[in-house]
Amino acid sequence: MAGVKRTLAVDLGGIALSTPLVAASGTFGTGREGGLLDTRRLGAAVSRSITLAPRKGAPSPRVAETASGLLWSVGLQNPGIDAFLADELPRLTRTGIPLFVSIAGSSLEEYVRLASVLQDVQGIAGIEVYLRGEGEAQEGEPFLSSAEHVVGVVGAVSRLSRLPVVAKLPVSLADLVESARGCVRAGAHGLTIDGSAPGMAIDTARLRPEVGAISGFLSGPAVRPFTVRAVFEVARILPEVPILAAGGVWTGNDAVELLLAGAWAVEMGTALLVDPSAATAAADGILGYLKHKGLASPADIRGRVRIPEPGTGEEAG
Amino acid sequence: MRRVRAEILSTRRVGVYHSLTLVAPEIAERARPGQFVGIAMPAGRSFLLRRFYFIHQASRRGGWAGTLEFAFEPDGVGAEWLGSARAHQFLDVMGPLGRPFAFPRRLTNCLLVAEGHGTAALTFLAQELRARGKRVDMIVGGATEEAVFKPIEVKRVSQTVAILTGDGSLGTKGRPVEALPEMAEHVGAEVVYAAGPRELLRAVAEFCREHRIPAQVAVEERMACGIGLCFACTVPVVRKDGSGYDNLRACVEGPVFNPARVLWDRWMADIPRMLPTPPGGSPVVGSWPG
Ligand SMILES: Cc1cc2nc3c(=O)[nH]c(=O)nc-3n(C[C@H](O)[C@H](O)[C@H](O)COP(=O)(O)OP(=O)(O)OC[C@H]3O[C@@H](n4cnc5c(N)ncnc54)[C@H](O)[C@@H]3O)c2cc1C
Ligand SMILES: Cc1cc2nc3c(=O)[nH]c(=O)nc-3n(C[C@H](O)[C@H](O)[C@H](O)COP(=O)(O)O)c2cc1C
Ligand code: FES
Repeated sequence: MAGVKRTLAVDLGGIALSTPLVAASGTFGTGREGGLLDTRRLGAAVSRSITLAPRKGAPSPRVAETASGLLWSVGLQNPGIDAFLADELPRLTRTGIPLFVSIAGSSLEEYVRLASVLQDVQGIAGIEVYLRGEGEAQEGEPFLSSAEHVVGVVGAVSRLSRLPVVAKLPVSLADLVESARGCVRAGAHGLTIDGSAPGMAIDTARLRPEVGAISGFLSGPAVRPFTVRAVFEVARILPEVPILAAGGVWTGNDAVELLLAGAWAVEMGTALLVDPSAATAAADGILGYLKHKGLASPADIRGRVRIPEPGTGEEAG
Repeated sequence: MRRVRAEILSTRRVGVYHSLTLVAPEIAERARPGQFVGIAMPAGRSFLLRRFYFIHQASRRGGWAGTLEFAFEPDGVGAEWLGSARAHQFLDVMGPLGRPFAFPRRLTNCLLVAEGHGTAALTFLAQELRARGKRVDMIVGGATEEAVFKPIEVKRVSQTVAILTGDGSLGTKGRPVEALPEMAEHVGAEVVYAAGPRELLRAVAEFCREHRIPAQVAVEERMACGIGLCFACTVPVVRKDGSGYDNLRACVEGPVFNPARVLWDRWMADIPRMLPTPPGGSPVVGSWPG
């Protein structure tokens, strides 16, 4: 395909990104660190998750290394929405990279209040809604443990927000596909499918949990197959909805795998923590793949995994 | 703060430690005592996170200009791999990371207390203090003679030295902290610096608070990024105005802290309190979101 004008740009239903690589929430700092993080090939970034009031976060240690994984439990340490808007947001947006603000709450009311505060804030590309439950029980059920709660929160935030709302759905959610569909019906612009799953590790010498919060969430290459499967399942049902895939992306090939499964863009977290120029390397990898396949842009690989027709053993499409 | 591909100039065994010298002028020129480097592990292996090491030596002048040395015990999988690295191999190195020790302006008598690989960090500090005309005395130690890092160099950079080992194989039997009261009085310590296990740092904090001696300690906490992005490495530190505390990142707001302001009991709470069973079920998961 000589003469193909190749690009990494993607369009998430009206949100234009220069590359499909997005810095994941909780791994992009506060905008003050500067220096080593190579942002040249990041199409967007997501802030750490912000709550209404400041939170001190989880006890230390907050991370443990496991086989090809990182077990983390930061406990949403953040300065609260007011201090975030005053001190952190201006620095984060100064990079020029489209920024999503991640919000987290322990009740429907907290989410609603966060969304209203963000209503009039300029300069952000969208809101990513963190949906891992802690907090108040409702009718005996932990908050955000069911599709109903998740959809309720996402619907309320979407109704209040003039910005595009992206629901970050953990793959460990009981009914992921149902929740995804419900979120979109309730007004979500897009979905982040997050492969990092609840986990625990024990120091056998000291007979203690490895992280201070006892359990945490696993990220890194170890979880990528969870992400691939969940993205695949959701994208089949909702092919028109922008999907960001988070969980286990390290290289360009990892990103391509998730695009093939149906993602429109991918988030990178653990990889950026270890290799601050991982996004640049991944961008080169995706470009190399496009070139090799004679394709023009990431949209050309989206959802293009070939599934054998049942019975025939032959490839479809 | 730089990230470089640095060539290993030499590797050496120093007792139980491995010591690596790298050619890394961009980092060596900026390095200050108390700062550290982050070394990437090999690609395609199951241990992903960088390992972090205090800078033991950074030469800005002379025949060794542009080189950097650090030392470690090869006990876990990452350090073991690093211990197998050979001269002329290249490492992916970030540094210098963190805030260095501050030098006293007026006070002159500095007592440095180190245990284990903490000695590597404090001999660098001793040299820089001496270069500023300060008096330096040191207490160093380790489990055995082999675990006392470069005792000859320690003697060279300090006025007087107390050495303690757990088994008494070198110096006095005991731990470095046991020599602190006597040594502090004997040398007229005006400032105390410490690096080593948390128990040592906490004991130094208590002693210095009691005796109203200003102190600085270099802490170690598990890290993921080492450059402030992830809030993995926090230490609870009381605010300057005393209004509560903040969880500060050891990698950018530390690793050097004023020990009087560290909430040691909170930080070292070794046995996490058992979390209440959440309503409706067993999972503890999610009790601490994210
Ligand atoms: C600021 C700082 C300075 C350090 N300086 C030195 C030094 O000069 N010499 C030295 O030998 N070690 C030092 N360490 C500890 C070092 O980074 C490694 O953690 C240690 O070598 C063990 O790694 P491993 O791969 O052998 O162990 P593993 O058991 O494979 O480690 C598993 C994980 O736990 C982490 N971990 C284990 N022990 C520690 C610890 N004590 N502190 C923080 N994280 C830990 C590792 O980094 C890794 O992520 C320092 C740590 C920090 C944070
Ligand atoms: C240290 C750390 C902190 C994180 N904090 C948050 C957070 O505040 N909010 C959130 O939505 N996700 C958070 N995450 C999850 C990441 O955004 C991402 O979904 C997850 O790590 C999977 O991607 P990865 O395998 O590329 O790391 C955090 C991850 C890590 C490693
Ligand atoms: S290790 Fe990531 S902030 Fe310190």
